Amino acid sequence: MPILEVRNMSHDFGGLRAVQNYSLDLEPGQIRGLIGPNGAGKTTIFNLLTGIYVPTEGEVMLNGTRINGLPAHRIASMGISRTFQNLLLWRHMTVLEHVKMARYSKIRYGLAGAFFGTPKRKREEAEIAERSYGLLEMMGIRHLADQVVLNLPYGAQRRVEMARALATEPRILLLDEPTAGMNPEELVQIMEIVRKVHKDFGLAILLIEHRLKVVMELCHKIQTVNFGELIAEGTPEEIQNDPKVIDAYLGKENVG
Amino acid sequence: MAIFLQNLVNSLQWGSFYALIALGYSMVYSILMLFNFAHGDIFMVGGYIGVGVSFGLLALSSSGILAIPNWLILVLTILFSMFLTSFVGMIVERVGYRPLRNAPRASAAITGLMIGIILETGNLILLGARRVSFPSLIETATYDLGGVFVTNKKIMIVAVSLLLTLALHQFIRRTKWGMAMRAMAFDFVAVPLMGVPVNKVIALTFGIGSALAAAAGILFGIAYPVLDPYMGVLFGWKAFVAAILGGRGSILGATLAGFLLGFTEIFVAMIFPSTLRDLIAYSIILLILTFRPHGFFGEPYSARLRL
Repeated sequence: MPILEVRNMSHDFGGLRAVQNYSLDLEPGQIRGLIGPNGAGKTTIFNLLTGIYVPTEGEVMLNGTRINGLPAHRIASMGISRTFQNLLLWRHMTVLEHVKMARYSKIRYGLAGAFFGTPKRKREEAEIAERSYGLLEMMGIRHLADQVVLNLPYGAQRRVEMARALATEPRILLLDEPTAGMNPEELVQIMEIVRKVHKDFGLAILLIEHRLKVVMELCHKIQTVNFGELIAEGTPEEIQNDPKVIDAYLGKENVG
Repeated sequence: MAIFLQNLVNSLQWGSFYALIALGYSMVYSILMLFNFAHGDIFMVGGYIGVGVSFGLLALSSSGILAIPNWLILVLTILFSMFLTSFVGMIVERVGYRPLRNAPRASAAITGLMIGIILETGNLILLGARRVSFPSLIETATYDLGGVFVTNKKIMIVAVSLLLTLALHQFIRRTKWGMAMRAMAFDFVAVPLMGVPVNKVIALTFGIGSALAAAAGILFGIAYPVLDPYMGVLFGWKAFVAAILGGRGSILGATLAGFLLGFTEIFVAMIFPSTLRDLIAYSIILLILTFRPHGFFGEPYSARLRL
Protein backbone atom coordinates (compact mmCIF):
# COMPACT_ATOMS: atom_id res chain seq x y z
CA MET A 1 0.00 0.00 0.00
CA PRO A 2 1.38 3.44 -0.86
CA ILE A 3 2.31 5.61 2.14
CA LEU A 4 1.24 8.74 0.28
CA GLU A 5 -1.52 8.59 -2.26
CA VAL A 6 -2.68 11.59 -4.27
CA ARG A 7 -5.78 11.34 -6.44
CA ASN A 8 -6.57 13.92 -9.13
CA MET A 9 -5.34 16.89 -7.15
CA SER A 10 -5.92 20.31 -8.73
CA HIS A 11 -5.29 23.81 -7.51
CA ASP A 12 -6.38 27.22 -8.75
CA PHE A 13 -4.81 30.59 -8.02
CA GLY A 14 -7.68 32.89 -8.81
CA GLY A 15 -8.47 31.95 -12.40
CA LEU A 16 -5.17 30.24 -13.04
CA ARG A 17 -5.01 26.47 -12.78
CA ALA A 18 -1.57 25.86 -11.29
CA VAL A 19 -1.92 22.13 -10.78
CA GLN A 20 -4.17 19.92 -12.87
CA ASN A 21 -5.19 16.35 -11.99
CA TYR A 22 -1.97 15.43 -10.29
CA SER A 23 -1.77 11.89 -8.93
CA LEU A 24 0.92 10.03 -7.03
CA ASP A 25 1.50 6.66 -5.39
CA LEU A 26 4.53 6.93 -3.17
CA GLU A 27 5.58 3.57 -1.77
CA PRO A 28 7.32 3.36 1.62
CA GLY A 29 11.05 3.64 1.20
CA GLN A 30 10.81 4.86 -2.35
CA ILE A 31 12.69 7.84 -3.76
CA ARG A 32 10.54 9.55 -6.34
CA GLY A 33 11.79 12.36 -8.54
CA LEU A 34 9.65 15.25 -9.67
CA ILE A 35 11.03 17.12 -12.66
CA GLY A 36 9.74 19.71 -15.05
CA PRO A 37 10.57 23.15 -16.39
CA ASN A 38 10.46 26.25 -14.22
CA GLY A 39 6.93 27.28 -13.31
CA ALA A 40 5.56 23.81 -14.02
CA GLY A 41 3.94 23.68 -10.58
CA LYS A 42 6.40 21.45 -8.73
CA THR A 43 6.76 23.65 -5.67
CA THR A 44 3.01 24.26 -5.66
CA ILE A 45 2.54 20.49 -5.42
CA PHE A 46 4.81 20.50 -2.34
CA ASN A 47 2.83 23.35 -0.84
CA LEU A 48 -0.38 21.42 -1.42
CA LEU A 49 0.98 18.23 0.12
CA THR A 50 2.25 20.03 3.22
CA GLY A 51 -0.93 22.02 3.85
CA ILE A 52 0.44 25.47 3.05
CA TYR A 53 -2.21 25.55 0.31
CA VAL A 54 -5.43 23.54 0.35
CA PRO A 55 -6.15 21.68 -2.91
CA THR A 56 -9.16 22.99 -4.84
CA GLU A 57 -9.98 19.46 -5.93
CA GLY A 58 -8.79 15.95 -5.31
CA GLU A 59 -7.60 13.90 -2.41
CA VAL A 60 -4.38 13.46 -0.49
CA MET A 61 -4.18 10.31 1.63
CA LEU A 62 -1.38 9.66 4.12
CA ASN A 63 -1.40 6.01 5.17
CA GLY A 64 -5.03 5.81 4.15
CA THR A 65 -6.05 8.95 6.12
CA ARG A 66 -7.32 11.93 4.20
CA ILE A 67 -5.11 14.92 5.02
CA ASN A 68 -6.07 17.62 2.54
CA GLY A 69 -7.69 20.52 4.38
CA LEU A 70 -5.85 19.80 7.63
CA PRO A 71 -3.74 22.65 9.01
CA ALA A 72 -0.05 22.51 8.11
CA HIS A 73 1.12 21.78 11.66
CA ARG A 74 -1.14 18.71 11.87
CA ILE A 75 0.15 17.35 8.59
CA ALA A 76 3.70 17.96 9.78
CA SER A 77 3.09 16.04 12.98
CA MET A 78 1.60 13.17 10.96
CA GLY A 79 4.93 12.64 9.31
CA ILE A 80 5.44 14.82 6.24
CA SER A 81 8.42 17.13 6.34
CA ARG A 82 10.12 19.27 3.74
CA THR A 83 12.90 21.62 2.77
CA PHE A 84 12.54 24.76 0.71
CA GLN A 85 14.04 25.79 -2.58
CA ASN A 86 14.78 29.27 -1.28
CA LEU A 87 15.97 28.37 2.23
CA LEU A 88 13.45 29.50 4.82
CA LEU A 89 15.62 29.74 7.90
CA TRP A 90 15.25 31.93 10.96
CA ARG A 91 18.16 34.22 10.39
CA HIS A 92 19.09 35.15 13.93
CA MET A 93 18.51 31.81 15.57
CA THR A 94 21.24 29.27 16.12
CA VAL A 95 21.59 25.98 14.26
CA LEU A 96 20.68 24.08 17.42
CA GLU A 97 17.56 26.19 17.90
CA HIS A 98 16.44 25.35 14.39
CA VAL A 99 16.54 21.68 15.13
CA LYS A 100 15.02 22.21 18.55
CA MET A 101 12.12 24.07 16.98
CA ALA A 102 11.23 20.90 15.10
CA ARG A 103 10.72 19.22 18.47
CA TYR A 104 8.10 21.80 19.44
CA SER A 105 5.19 19.42 19.86
CA LYS A 106 7.34 17.06 21.91
CA ILE A 107 8.45 19.70 24.41
CA ARG A 108 6.25 19.11 27.43
CA TYR A 109 7.69 21.44 30.05
CA GLY A 110 5.77 24.66 30.48
CA LEU A 111 6.19 27.94 32.31
CA ALA A 112 7.46 26.46 35.56
CA GLY A 113 10.07 24.46 33.71
CA ALA A 114 11.19 27.40 31.64
CA PHE A 115 11.49 29.79 34.55
CA PHE A 116 12.79 27.56 37.31
CA GLY A 117 14.69 24.86 35.45
CA THR A 118 12.80 21.88 36.84
CA PRO A 119 14.24 18.36 36.52
CA LYS A 120 11.66 17.75 33.79
CA ARG A 121 13.08 20.60 31.74
CA LYS A 122 16.62 19.37 32.25
CA ARG A 123 15.65 15.87 31.21
CA GLU A 124 13.80 17.03 28.10
CA GLU A 125 16.49 19.52 27.12
CA ALA A 126 19.13 16.82 27.45
CA GLU A 127 17.10 14.49 25.27
CA ILE A 128 16.55 17.20 22.66
CA ALA A 129 20.22 18.10 22.67
CA GLU A 130 21.26 14.48 22.23
CA ARG A 131 18.93 13.92 19.28
CA SER A 132 19.78 17.28 17.76
CA TYR A 133 23.52 16.74 17.97
CA GLY A 134 23.04 13.34 16.40
CA LEU A 135 21.30 14.89 13.40
CA LEU A 136 23.82 17.71 13.11
CA GLU A 137 26.61 15.14 13.25
CA MET A 138 24.98 13.26 10.41
CA MET A 139 24.79 16.44 8.35
CA GLY A 140 28.38 17.25 9.20
CA ILE A 141 27.53 20.55 10.90
CA ARG A 142 27.78 19.62 14.56
CA HIS A 143 30.63 22.08 15.08
CA LEU A 144 28.31 24.89 13.96
CA ALA A 145 25.58 24.11 16.51
CA ASP A 146 25.81 27.39 18.38
CA GLN A 147 26.30 29.60 15.32
CA VAL A 148 23.59 31.94 14.10
CA VAL A 149 22.49 30.69 10.66
CA LEU A 150 22.89 34.15 9.13
CA ASN A 151 26.67 33.74 9.28
CA LEU A 152 26.84 30.29 7.70
CA PRO A 153 27.87 29.56 4.13
CA TYR A 154 25.14 28.52 1.76
CA GLY A 155 25.97 24.83 1.75
CA ALA A 156 25.84 24.67 5.53
CA GLN A 157 22.47 26.47 5.54
CA ARG A 158 21.11 23.77 3.23
CA ARG A 159 22.26 21.16 5.72
CA VAL A 160 20.60 23.03 8.59
CA GLU A 161 17.35 22.90 6.67
CA MET A 162 17.75 19.20 6.10
CA ALA A 163 18.53 18.56 9.78
CA ARG A 164 15.51 20.61 10.77
CA ALA A 165 13.26 18.68 8.41
CA LEU A 166 14.49 15.36 9.79
CA ALA A 167 14.09 16.45 13.41
CA THR A 168 10.31 16.30 13.05
CA GLU A 169 10.73 12.53 12.61
CA PRO A 170 9.03 12.35 9.24
CA ARG A 171 8.10 9.24 7.31
CA ILE A 172 8.01 11.21 4.09
CA LEU A 173 10.58 13.83 3.20
CA LEU A 174 9.96 16.36 0.45
CA LEU A 175 13.16 17.93 -0.86
CA ASP A 176 12.77 21.03 -3.00
CA GLU A 177 15.92 21.37 -5.11
CA PRO A 178 18.38 20.38 -2.42
CA THR A 179 21.36 20.93 -4.72
CA ALA A 180 20.38 24.36 -6.03
CA GLY A 181 23.38 26.66 -6.15
CA MET A 182 25.88 24.01 -5.15
CA ASN A 183 29.24 23.26 -6.69
CA PRO A 184 30.02 19.72 -7.96
CA GLU A 185 31.80 18.76 -4.76
CA GLU A 186 28.92 19.86 -2.53
CA LEU A 187 26.56 18.15 -4.93
CA VAL A 188 28.19 14.78 -4.33
CA GLN A 189 28.08 15.36 -0.57
CA ILE A 190 24.38 16.21 -0.60
CA MET A 191 23.62 13.11 -2.67
CA GLU A 192 25.51 11.07 -0.09
CA ILE A 193 23.43 12.64 2.67
CA VAL A 194 20.16 11.95 0.86
CA ARG A 195 21.17 8.31 0.38
CA LYS A 196 22.17 8.04 4.00
CA VAL A 197 18.98 9.50 5.51
CA HIS A 198 16.94 7.39 3.11
CA LYS A 199 18.67 4.25 4.33
CA ASP A 200 19.01 5.10 8.04
CA PHE A 201 15.48 6.40 8.55
CA GLY A 202 13.74 4.26 5.95
CA LEU A 203 12.16 7.36 4.47
CA ALA A 204 10.04 7.77 1.43
CA ILE A 205 11.42 10.77 -0.44
CA LEU A 206 9.89 13.03 -3.04
CA LEU A 207 12.58 15.06 -4.75
CA ILE A 208 12.28 18.13 -6.93
CA GLU A 209 15.49 18.54 -8.85
CA HIS A 210 16.72 20.28 -11.95
CA ARG A 211 19.96 18.41 -12.38
CA LEU A 212 19.01 15.28 -14.26
CA LYS A 213 22.19 13.55 -13.13
CA VAL A 214 21.04 13.74 -9.51
CA VAL A 215 17.52 12.56 -10.29
CA MET A 216 18.65 9.71 -12.49
CA GLU A 217 21.11 8.46 -9.90
CA LEU A 218 18.93 8.77 -6.80
CA CYS A 219 15.39 8.03 -7.88
CA HIS A 220 13.58 4.76 -8.31
CA LYS A 221 10.87 6.40 -10.33
CA ILE A 222 10.40 9.83 -11.87
CA GLN A 223 7.41 12.00 -12.64
CA THR A 224 7.52 14.84 -15.13
CA VAL A 225 5.13 17.77 -14.89
CA ASN A 226 4.56 20.60 -17.30
CA PHE A 227 1.98 23.39 -17.02
CA GLY A 228 0.73 21.82 -13.80
CA GLU A 229 0.00 18.50 -15.43
CA LEU A 230 1.65 15.12 -15.20
CA ILE A 231 3.03 14.35 -18.66
CA ALA A 232 5.15 11.29 -17.97
CA GLU A 233 5.95 8.81 -15.25
CA GLY A 234 8.41 5.94 -15.19
CA THR A 235 11.84 4.65 -14.35
CA PRO A 236 14.83 6.90 -15.06
CA GLU A 237 15.50 5.07 -18.35
CA GLU A 238 11.92 5.39 -19.53
CA ILE A 239 11.83 9.09 -18.65
CA GLN A 240 15.12 9.83 -20.37
CA ASN A 241 13.80 8.45 -23.62
CA ASP A 242 10.26 9.81 -23.41
CA PRO A 243 9.64 12.20 -26.32
CA LYS A 244 7.21 14.30 -24.27
CA VAL A 245 9.84 14.87 -21.58
CA ILE A 246 12.48 15.76 -24.12
CA ASP A 247 9.94 18.10 -25.64
CA ALA A 248 9.09 19.85 -22.37
CA TYR A 249 12.72 20.18 -21.39
CA LEU A 250 14.41 20.95 -24.65
CA GLY A 251 11.56 22.24 -26.78
CA LYS A 252 10.90 21.07 -30.36
CA GLU A 253 13.92 20.05 -32.32
CA ASN A 254 14.35 23.39 -34.02
CA VAL A 255 14.49 25.26 -30.71
CA GLY A 256 17.52 25.70 -28.45
CA MET B 1 20.35 68.82 40.86
CA ALA B 2 17.44 67.91 43.08
CA ILE B 3 15.02 69.10 40.42
CA PHE B 4 16.78 67.01 37.83
CA LEU B 5 16.64 63.90 40.02
CA GLN B 6 13.01 64.57 40.87
CA ASN B 7 12.14 64.70 37.20
CA LEU B 8 14.17 61.59 36.59
CA VAL B 9 12.06 59.74 39.15
CA ASN B 10 8.88 61.08 37.61
CA SER B 11 9.91 60.13 34.11
CA LEU B 12 10.77 56.60 35.21
CA GLN B 13 7.17 56.20 36.31
CA TRP B 14 5.79 57.87 33.19
CA GLY B 15 8.01 55.79 30.93
CA SER B 16 6.85 52.58 32.63
CA PHE B 17 3.39 52.96 31.13
CA TYR B 18 4.75 53.56 27.64
CA ALA B 19 7.18 50.68 27.92
CA LEU B 20 4.55 48.16 29.02
CA ILE B 21 2.13 49.16 26.24
CA ALA B 22 4.88 49.32 23.62
CA LEU B 23 5.81 45.68 24.30
CA GLY B 24 2.40 44.53 23.08
CA TYR B 25 2.67 46.56 19.89
CA SER B 26 6.13 45.30 19.23
CA MET B 27 5.41 41.60 19.81
CA VAL B 28 2.42 41.56 17.47
CA TYR B 29 4.25 43.59 14.86
CA SER B 30 7.25 41.32 14.91
CA ILE B 31 5.34 38.16 14.09
CA LEU B 32 2.48 39.46 11.91
CA MET B 33 3.94 42.68 10.47
CA LEU B 34 0.73 44.22 11.72
CA PHE B 35 0.15 47.13 14.06
CA ASN B 36 -2.67 46.37 16.41
CA PHE B 37 -4.13 49.86 16.58
CA ALA B 38 -6.71 48.72 19.12
CA HIS B 39 -3.90 48.14 21.60
CA GLY B 40 -4.16 51.55 23.28
CA ASP B 41 -7.81 50.87 23.94
CA ILE B 42 -6.98 47.48 25.39
CA PHE B 43 -4.84 49.40 27.88
CA MET B 44 -7.99 51.37 28.74
CA VAL B 45 -10.12 48.23 28.98
CA GLY B 46 -7.46 46.69 31.23
CA GLY B 47 -7.66 49.69 33.54
CA TYR B 48 -11.44 49.41 33.76
CA ILE B 49 -11.31 45.67 34.33
CA GLY B 50 -8.84 46.45 37.11
CA VAL B 51 -11.35 48.83 38.70
CA GLY B 52 -14.05 46.18 38.51
CA VAL B 53 -11.88 43.44 39.92
CA SER B 54 -10.53 45.57 42.75
CA PHE B 55 -14.00 46.75 43.81
CA GLY B 56 -15.18 43.18 43.66
CA LEU B 57 -12.32 41.98 45.84
CA LEU B 58 -12.82 44.92 48.24
CA ALA B 59 -16.49 44.00 48.60
CA LEU B 60 -15.59 40.38 49.27
CA SER B 61 -12.98 41.46 51.75
CA SER B 62 -15.17 43.89 53.69
CA SER B 63 -18.06 41.45 53.84
CA GLY B 64 -15.72 39.04 55.52
CA ILE B 65 -16.08 36.24 52.96
CA LEU B 66 -12.46 36.63 51.93
CA ALA B 67 -10.70 38.71 54.51
CA ILE B 68 -7.41 39.73 52.91
CA PRO B 69 -5.22 42.80 53.35
CA ASN B 70 -5.32 45.58 50.77
CA TRP B 71 -1.86 44.93 49.37
CA LEU B 72 -2.91 41.40 48.55
CA ILE B 73 -6.04 42.76 46.89
CA LEU B 74 -3.78 44.88 44.72
CA VAL B 75 -1.60 41.94 43.75
CA LEU B 76 -4.64 39.81 42.97
CA THR B 77 -6.21 42.67 41.02
CA ILE B 78 -3.16 42.99 38.82
CA LEU B 79 -2.87 39.26 38.16
CA PHE B 80 -6.56 38.61 37.67
CA SER B 81 -7.09 41.65 35.44
CA MET B 82 -4.11 40.68 33.30
CA PHE B 83 -5.65 37.26 32.93
CA LEU B 84 -9.08 38.63 31.96
CA THR B 85 -7.71 41.28 29.60
CA SER B 86 -5.62 38.70 27.78
CA PHE B 87 -8.90 37.21 26.60
CA VAL B 88 -9.99 40.61 25.28
CA GLY B 89 -6.82 40.64 23.20
CA MET B 90 -7.33 37.10 21.99
CA ILE B 91 -10.95 37.83 21.02
CA VAL B 92 -9.83 40.93 19.10
CA GLU B 93 -7.34 38.77 17.22
CA ARG B 94 -9.82 35.99 16.53
CA VAL B 95 -12.68 38.23 15.41
CA GLY B 96 -10.84 41.20 13.94
CA TYR B 97 -7.50 40.12 12.58
CA ARG B 98 -7.50 36.41 11.80
CA PRO B 99 -10.05 36.69 8.98
CA LEU B 100 -7.74 39.33 7.46
CA ARG B 101 -4.52 37.33 7.78
CA ASN B 102 -3.96 37.35 4.04
CA ALA B 103 -5.64 40.69 3.31
CA PRO B 104 -3.61 43.83 2.63
CA ARG B 105 -2.10 45.26 5.82
CA ALA B 106 -4.12 48.47 5.38
CA SER B 107 -7.35 46.52 5.89
CA ALA B 108 -6.03 45.17 9.16
CA ALA B 109 -4.91 48.64 10.26
CA ILE B 110 -8.38 50.07 9.62
CA THR B 111 -9.95 47.14 11.43
CA GLY B 112 -7.74 47.89 14.40
CA LEU B 113 -8.86 51.52 14.49
CA MET B 114 -12.49 50.41 14.28
CA ILE B 115 -12.09 47.91 17.10
CA GLY B 116 -10.59 50.74 19.13
CA ILE B 117 -13.65 52.89 18.54
CA ILE B 118 -15.92 49.98 19.42
CA LEU B 119 -14.11 49.48 22.71
CA GLU B 120 -14.29 53.20 23.54
CA THR B 121 -17.96 53.65 22.69
CA GLY B 122 -18.81 50.25 24.15
CA ASN B 123 -17.38 51.47 27.39
CA LEU B 124 -19.48 54.66 27.17
CA ILE B 125 -22.63 52.61 26.58
CA LEU B 126 -21.91 50.24 29.46
CA LEU B 127 -20.73 52.73 32.07
CA GLY B 128 -22.01 56.08 30.83
CA ALA B 129 -19.98 59.24 30.51
CA ARG B 130 -19.12 59.55 34.19
CA ARG B 131 -15.54 59.09 35.16
CA VAL B 132 -14.56 56.06 37.12
CA SER B 133 -12.03 56.18 39.92
CA PHE B 134 -9.58 53.52 40.89
CA PRO B 135 -9.97 52.63 44.59
CA SER B 136 -7.10 53.64 46.79
CA LEU B 137 -5.73 50.31 47.93
CA ILE B 138 -2.46 51.42 49.44
CA GLU B 139 -1.66 54.48 51.47
CA THR B 140 0.81 56.79 49.79
CA ALA B 141 4.03 57.01 51.71
CA THR B 142 6.52 59.67 50.67
CA TYR B 143 10.23 59.35 51.27
CA ASP B 144 12.44 62.40 51.22
CA LEU B 145 15.82 61.46 49.77
CA GLY B 146 17.71 64.71 50.13
CA GLY B 147 15.14 66.90 48.44
CA VAL B 148 13.99 64.25 45.99
CA PHE B 149 10.58 62.90 46.84
CA VAL B 150 9.87 59.30 46.08
CA THR B 151 6.57 57.63 46.86
CA ASN B 152 6.01 53.96 47.53
CA LYS B 153 3.60 53.92 44.58
CA LYS B 154 6.24 55.18 42.18
CA ILE B 155 8.69 52.57 43.34
CA MET B 156 6.06 49.89 42.97
CA ILE B 157 5.02 51.02 39.49
CA VAL B 158 8.56 51.05 38.16
CA ALA B 159 9.41 47.78 39.90
CA VAL B 160 6.33 45.95 38.63
CA SER B 161 6.84 47.10 35.07
CA LEU B 162 10.50 46.10 35.08
CA LEU B 163 9.60 42.76 36.62
CA LEU B 164 7.00 42.07 33.94
CA THR B 165 9.42 43.06 31.18
CA LEU B 166 12.02 40.73 32.60
CA ALA B 167 9.45 37.94 32.82
CA LEU B 168 8.51 38.50 29.18
CA HIS B 169 12.14 38.41 28.17
CA GLN B 170 12.60 35.08 29.94
CA PHE B 171 9.41 33.77 28.43
CA ILE B 172 10.58 34.53 24.92
CA ARG B 173 14.02 33.17 25.53
CA ARG B 174 13.24 30.01 27.43
CA THR B 175 9.81 28.62 26.51
CA LYS B 176 8.86 26.79 23.35
CA TRP B 177 6.14 29.36 22.69
CA GLY B 178 8.70 32.15 22.90
CA MET B 179 10.97 30.23 20.57
CA ALA B 180 8.12 29.89 18.07
CA MET B 181 7.44 33.64 18.33
CA ARG B 182 11.06 34.42 17.55
CA ALA B 183 11.03 32.07 14.60
CA MET B 184 7.81 33.55 13.23
CA ALA B 185 9.38 36.97 13.30
CA PHE B 186 12.00 35.77 10.80
CA ASP B 187 10.02 33.47 8.64
CA PHE B 188 6.40 32.60 9.01
CA VAL B 189 6.00 29.87 6.41
CA ALA B 190 8.40 27.29 7.78
CA VAL B 191 7.07 27.45 11.33
CA PRO B 192 3.85 25.40 11.00
CA LEU B 193 5.81 22.75 9.10
CA MET B 194 7.70 22.09 12.32
CA GLY B 195 4.42 21.03 13.90
CA VAL B 196 3.81 24.41 15.54
CA PRO B 197 0.15 25.47 15.74
CA VAL B 198 0.74 29.04 14.60
CA ASN B 199 -2.75 30.29 15.33
CA LYS B 200 -2.35 29.34 18.97
CA VAL B 201 1.00 31.09 19.14
CA ILE B 202 -0.48 34.22 17.55
CA ALA B 203 -3.41 34.18 19.98
CA LEU B 204 -0.94 33.79 22.82
CA THR B 205 1.05 36.77 21.55
CA PHE B 206 -2.05 38.95 21.55
CA GLY B 207 -2.97 37.59 24.99
CA ILE B 208 0.39 38.40 26.53
CA GLY B 209 0.55 41.84 24.93
CA SER B 210 -2.92 42.63 26.23
CA ALA B 211 -2.08 41.36 29.70
CA LEU B 212 0.90 43.72 29.81
CA ALA B 213 -1.32 46.58 28.65
CA ALA B 214 -3.76 45.70 31.44
CA ALA B 215 -0.94 45.86 33.96
CA ALA B 216 -0.06 49.30 32.57
CA GLY B 217 -3.73 50.32 32.89
CA ILE B 218 -3.88 49.33 36.54
CA LEU B 219 -0.53 50.92 37.41
CA PHE B 220 -1.76 54.07 35.67
CA GLY B 221 -4.93 53.88 37.75
CA ILE B 222 -2.84 53.70 40.90
CA ALA B 223 -0.86 56.80 39.94
CA TYR B 224 -3.73 58.77 38.36
CA PRO B 225 -6.93 57.28 39.79
CA VAL B 226 -9.43 58.84 37.37
CA LEU B 227 -10.08 56.74 34.27
CA ASP B 228 -11.99 57.73 31.16
CA PRO B 229 -12.92 55.81 28.00
CA TYR B 230 -10.54 57.79 25.81
CA MET B 231 -7.47 57.50 27.99
CA GLY B 232 -6.03 54.82 25.72
CA VAL B 233 -6.05 56.85 22.54
CA LEU B 234 -3.16 59.23 23.06
CA PHE B 235 -1.32 56.75 25.26
CA GLY B 236 -1.71 54.11 22.61
CA TRP B 237 -0.29 56.34 19.90
CA LYS B 238 2.65 57.34 22.01
CA ALA B 239 3.41 53.76 22.98
CA PHE B 240 3.18 52.92 19.28
CA VAL B 241 5.88 55.50 18.67
CA ALA B 242 7.95 53.82 21.38
CA ALA B 243 7.53 50.45 19.69
CA ILE B 244 8.74 51.87 16.38
CA LEU B 245 11.60 53.64 18.08
CA GLY B 246 12.66 50.45 19.86
CA GLY B 247 12.84 48.43 16.68
CA ARG B 248 10.69 45.65 15.39
CA GLY B 249 10.08 42.91 17.92
CA SER B 250 12.78 44.01 20.31
CA ILE B 251 11.81 43.66 23.97
CA LEU B 252 14.83 45.64 25.10
CA GLY B 253 14.20 48.26 22.41
CA ALA B 254 10.54 48.78 23.28
CA THR B 255 11.38 49.08 26.97
CA LEU B 256 14.21 51.53 26.46
CA ALA B 257 12.21 53.58 23.97
CA GLY B 258 9.25 53.66 26.37
CA PHE B 259 11.44 55.09 29.10
CA LEU B 260 13.15 57.45 26.65
CA LEU B 261 9.76 58.79 25.66
CA GLY B 262 8.92 59.31 29.31
CA PHE B 263 12.20 61.15 29.88
CA THR B 264 11.81 63.33 26.82
CA GLU B 265 8.29 64.38 27.68
CA ILE B 266 9.01 65.17 31.30
CA PHE B 267 12.27 66.99 30.64
CA VAL B 268 10.82 69.02 27.78
CA ALA B 269 8.03 70.04 30.14
CA MET B 270 10.65 70.99 32.73
CA ILE B 271 12.37 73.43 30.36
CA PHE B 272 9.61 74.63 28.03
CA PRO B 273 5.98 75.60 28.65
CA SER B 274 4.06 72.35 29.11
CA THR B 275 1.66 73.17 26.27
CA LEU B 276 4.59 72.71 23.90
CA ARG B 277 5.53 69.41 25.49
CA ASP B 278 4.32 66.99 22.82
CA LEU B 279 5.37 69.22 19.94
CA ILE B 280 8.95 69.44 21.09
CA ALA B 281 9.22 65.92 22.52
CA TYR B 282 7.97 64.28 19.35
CA SER B 283 10.05 66.49 17.12
CA ILE B 284 13.05 65.07 18.93
CA ILE B 285 11.75 61.52 18.36
CA LEU B 286 11.18 62.33 14.70
CA LEU B 287 14.75 63.52 14.44
CA ILE B 288 16.03 60.26 15.96
CA LEU B 289 13.94 58.25 13.52
CA THR B 290 15.33 60.24 10.62
CA PHE B 291 18.75 58.88 11.45
CA ARG B 292 17.63 55.45 12.62
CA PRO B 293 14.49 54.68 10.61
CA HIS B 294 14.27 51.12 11.87
CA GLY B 295 14.64 52.09 15.50
CA PHE B 296 17.29 51.20 18.04
CA PHE B 297 17.36 47.45 17.63
CA GLY B 298 15.47 46.93 14.41
CA GLU B 299 17.21 46.00 11.22
CA PRO B 300 16.60 47.19 7.68
CA TYR B 301 14.87 44.00 6.74
CA SER B 302 11.32 42.86 6.33
CA ALA B 303 10.30 39.28 6.91
CA ARG B 304 8.72 37.33 4.13
CA LEU B 305 5.19 36.72 5.22
CA ARG B 306 4.02 34.59 2.36
CA LEU B 307 5.57 32.40 -0.26
